[in-house]
Amino acid sequence: MAAVEIRNVKKVFKREATEIVALNNTNLDLESGGFLCLMGPSGSGKSTLLNLIAGIDRPTSGEVIVDGKNISNMSESQLATWRNHTIGFVFQSFNLIPVLTAFENVELPLLLTKLSRSERRAHVEIALSLVGLTERSSHYPRQLSGGQEQRVAIARAIVTDPALILADEPTGDLDAQSADEILAILEKLNRDSQKTIVMVTHDPRAAHHAKVTRHLDKGILLPEGVTA
Amino acid sequence: MIPVKYNFRSLVVRRVGTMMTIGGVGLTVGIFVSILAMVNGLENTYVNSGEPLNLVLLRKGSQTETNSYYNRSFKGIVETMNGVQAVSGEILVIINHPRLTGESANLIVRGISDKTFALRPKIKLVEGRMLKTGLREVMVSRSVSNRFKDGKIGDAIHIGRTDWKVVGIFDAARTPYDSEIWGDYGDVAQELDRPIYSSLLVRCTDESSLKDVQQKIIDDRRLQMDAPRETEYFGSQVGTAAPMKVLGYVVGIIMAIGSCFAVMNTMYAATAYRTREIATLRVLGFRRRNILLSFLLESLLLALIGGALGCLFALPMNGISTGTANFITFSEIVFQFRVTPRLMLIGLAFSAIVGTLGGFLPARLAARIPIVRALRTEV
Repeated sequence: MAAVEIRNVKKVFKREATEIVALNNTNLDLESGGFLCLMGPSGSGKSTLLNLIAGIDRPTSGEVIVDGKNISNMSESQLATWRNHTIGFVFQSFNLIPVLTAFENVELPLLLTKLSRSERRAHVEIALSLVGLTERSSHYPRQLSGGQEQRVAIARAIVTDPALILADEPTGDLDAQSADEILAILEKLNRDSQKTIVMVTHDPRAAHHAKVTRHLDKGILLPEGVTA
Repeated sequence: MIPVKYNFRSLVVRRVGTMMTIGGVGLTVGIFVSILAMVNGLENTYVNSGEPLNLVLLRKGSQTETNSYYNRSFKGIVETMNGVQAVSGEILVIINHPRLTGESANLIVRGISDKTFALRPKIKLVEGRMLKTGLREVMVSRSVSNRFKDGKIGDAIHIGRTDWKVVGIFDAARTPYDSEIWGDYGDVAQELDRPIYSSLLVRCTDESSLKDVQQKIIDDRRLQMDAPRETEYFGSQVGTAAPMKVLGYVVGIIMAIGSCFAVMNTMYAATAYRTREIATLRVLGFRRRNILLSFLLESLLLALIGGALGCLFALPMNGISTGTANFITFSEIVFQFRVTPRLMLIGLAFSAIVGTLGGFLPARLAARIPIVRALRTEV
């Protein structure tokens, strides 16, 4: 079964009287266990496509089917629950909650589940151990390096064991060494845990970790192997 | 549910704004509780006064002892009624006397009988001695002694044409008698040339005889008297606190509106500062109502801390003695501020209302922020 199916998706943003076509007639199939990298210049529509797959934005027309469910017509509440169960999102700027410790940040998505306190603790500890940050669990984000913050963000993304991990320029704010560490973790999650990953990046080196790379240009998703 | 520690720690991070808002709400609640404590103290002075088996006999149509008078022979008629245990005939006059602060106020001078203390067992002589008949002596309540000039033992208070020596101080247990000066009935009546009674205080033997006596007095066409219970008589004067109560609520509402805006301002700033956090929480799966509740809870927390602080501000007011005009007798009524647990709960509820009203619009805004736009916000 395809993990992600994009069918004739169009996304138009309205800025006062002007209409900007961010995505036009986009079609995409990503198999379960795949690792797709989306590349393209700024404004090409790659983040828009990622947001549509994440269910945090809605297409103007077309269908977005993730894990067999058409999310285009879901209500806000249904989408929120769906996001919690189905996806893990990794942001460029980590987006950790500054007043919560690493442990508490990772635990956040689990607060929406029916897991007991001890079960949540066990899940968080596993997620933090997968990114190698067990010993930093009581640290606040300001006490961590950028690379460590992003690893906490990845732990938060995987703690609910989602089928799909979406990463929006996950190495964009990191030095080369930290970026390599993050990409290695994502690659490992894809290889060992069979997580389907969609990653947006500008960095060609990051793209090498993905199994498939697709380019976007001016809202058009180009065929595999074609660059903008 | 978003954990409360998130809200609490966020308040700590923005400590300057948080402290200012808490201070503002605290001041509002403190003033509101203080005004209520004043009203409560004044009401309590009347509500908890009087003995249940005592009747106060007033001339028909008189609302208070100060504008009641009748012939002294009536006392004999009442004394001989079955069920009457004791009767104290008393006279009341109002004098103008300076306070310690300089300005003057009306004070009640009560001419008492040898039964007065027995019929009012809560009232105790705490300093000096009892009056002696014919010597132009007075006793003053402790409140009058503390608040008015010439109120100490050995001082002299001018009543009528002569000076009366203060020989005793009594504690009237926070009843309206706490605002009075007591002299001997015969001396007061003679000094002011008023051979009448203002009121008769009648002690009945028990509850059933009290009702009989009450009915007999009302039915006796010679007397033309009203005979409320002493407790009911004082209870009917609670209305004197009404203007203060209205003032308290008006001031409270005006200040509450101001505090609502302070909370609103703080919470709007919090929403603006944490736009990206809110969007992140939404991406993680938290619903709009989770965000709404979380921010509402935060403003509630902010206001409740302020409310608790306000109650603490008001606490030292408890027991402070002050006075106001009794709008029925036009004399000074002395009372104490009473900060009770009930008033503190009202103060907390008041702060909760301020927090909820002030926090609702910012919380709604936080819940409605579009995720994609919010994620692009620079912090």
